[in-house]
Amino acid sequence: MALVEIRDVHKSFRREAQTVDVYTGLTMDFNEGSFTALMGPSGSGKSTLLNLVAGLDKPTSGSVRVAGAEVSAMSASQLATWRSRTIGFVFQSYNLLPVLTAEQNVELPLLLTNLNKKERAERTAIALGVVGLQDRVDHYPRQLSGGQEQRVSIARAIVADPTLILLDEPTGQLDAKSSEEVLALLQRLNTEFGKTIMMVTHDAGAAERAKTVLHLVKGELLEGEAVAR
Amino acid sequence: MKFLPLVLANLKRHKLRTTLTIVSVAVALFLFASLRTVVTSLNAGAEVSSASRMIVQNATSFIQPLPGSYANRLLAVPHVSGVTWANWFGGKYGDGKRFFAQFAIEPESYLKMYPEIQVPEDQKQAFLHERAAVLVGEGLIRDFGWHVGQNVTIQGTIFPGDWTFTIRGIYHPTEKAYGNDSFMFHYDYLYERVPDRVQPGWYILKIDDAEAAPQVAKTIDDQFRNSIAPTKTGTEKAFAAGFAGMWGNVKLLMGTIGMAVVFAILLVTANAMMMSQRERTAEIAVMKTVGFSDGRVFGLIITEAAVISLTGSVLGLGLAILLPAATGFGGGGFLPGYRVTSGTAVIGAMVAILLTIASGIFPAWQAAKLPVVQALRKVE
Repeated sequence: MALVEIRDVHKSFRREAQTVDVYTGLTMDFNEGSFTALMGPSGSGKSTLLNLVAGLDKPTSGSVRVAGAEVSAMSASQLATWRSRTIGFVFQSYNLLPVLTAEQNVELPLLLTNLNKKERAERTAIALGVVGLQDRVDHYPRQLSGGQEQRVSIARAIVADPTLILLDEPTGQLDAKSSEEVLALLQRLNTEFGKTIMMVTHDAGAAERAKTVLHLVKGELLEGEAVAR
Repeated sequence: MKFLPLVLANLKRHKLRTTLTIVSVAVALFLFASLRTVVTSLNAGAEVSSASRMIVQNATSFIQPLPGSYANRLLAVPHVSGVTWANWFGGKYGDGKRFFAQFAIEPESYLKMYPEIQVPEDQKQAFLHERAAVLVGEGLIRDFGWHVGQNVTIQGTIFPGDWTFTIRGIYHPTEKAYGNDSFMFHYDYLYERVPDRVQPGWYILKIDDAEAAPQVAKTIDDQFRNSIAPTKTGTEKAFAAGFAGMWGNVKLLMGTIGMAVVFAILLVTANAMMMSQRERTAEIAVMKTVGFSDGRVFGLIITEAAVISLTGSVLGLGLAILLPAATGFGGGGFLPGYRVTSGTAVIGAMVAILLTIASGIFPAWQAAKLPVVQALRKVE
């Protein structure tokens, strides 16, 4: 069953006097429980696809539906609420808030819920436990390694139990060992917790850990390139 | 409340900058409230003046004296039921850093004229019956640690030499605007030492009908129009207002300086908030990605501005209110009853709210409208 449905999406940017077309009628689905790696050269529209699915950007035309909700038709405030419940986002450069501890960073999405302090603390502890950082709760980002920061970032992405986890080059700044830890964690989230994952990556090794690998080139999905495991 | 740790964490990001901004706001509000209080204190003198008292001064100038012979002639004017007089002494005590007003008064009639000067009966009698006695305000007692029976020597400036007085009474003003740091002694004590130089500085009249004041003033001024010392007569309120009016430009200047300081600090605070917001572009984008709405982001930034402005304002206004009360500041007698009025406190609070809005609204609006994708692209 398709969790993410992308139908005839066109997306153009204005760059100075020129119009740059990213997609000219992209159509694709991502099934519930899938773990998809999106690969492709720079400028192929991988990150833009994540932004459209997360509702951070709007298509020029076409439809983006996630779990039955028409993302492209939502207002800014509707999107904010929807995103807090549906999407977990992980960035290449972690993007933790430096003034907050690991625990406070992970708790951030829960501040937007109706959970009380105790419930938030419990959920935060569980998320940090899943990523194996229960002993780093009071550490600030500057006191963590890159791999640990990315794991905190993943904990932040899963703490509100989102339907979909989006990752933009999650291992792009990590060494081999940390990459391995993060990828193992993502596999576990997919297989053990049933999370649907879309991961943009340039790293073929990282892509191998996904169940499906898709290649985007110039905004188009390469036919026959999908690798399913 | 659950967002408060986030607001405080952001304020602690640059502790020195936050502290300096709060101190700037505190200094601005302190100056604003203090300068405004100078103006309100000057005006307060006129507000509490008695309608049944009139002042007769030399028509040429307030500092020119009037002949002592006028007393009986003034008493003979219809509706005048009492007369007393006073003279400015103008001396200094010790190093002169703590200025206070000294007056030579006709003691018995003066105390009758001013029932708001409260003196214990035994002290009053002691003061009235000793020529070198002095009556001092409780503010001076507190500031100098004086006590009843103590000899105090004042160095005269208008009337040179050392003048020694014995404190026989301590007064408490029932009207704060009267002030509690005056130093009043017998006119005769001054007169007997320099008889050729001393004349009443001004007369104070008690009238039996406040409605008759214009008529009394006209009668007196007409009477002395062609004498060696023509008079200018008016109600005490008009006199006090005229005295306050002498400060006219100073009041305008103080008001202008107060507003200029507030405006300058508004720019400082706004700049600090802008810098803070600009440094956090990526973080704000991340918060929006997590699900913070534009309104929520706006609220968080405005709250930060409010914490800075309101903390600074509470400190500044609090200091402006408490410091004069603790030190008994009265502008050396020129600003009796100096205290921050509730009106000034309310205006100060409004200034604080204005500071919050003006300093926070633009950075908050910018943060709320931050395009997430572009902001993230810069970071990534």
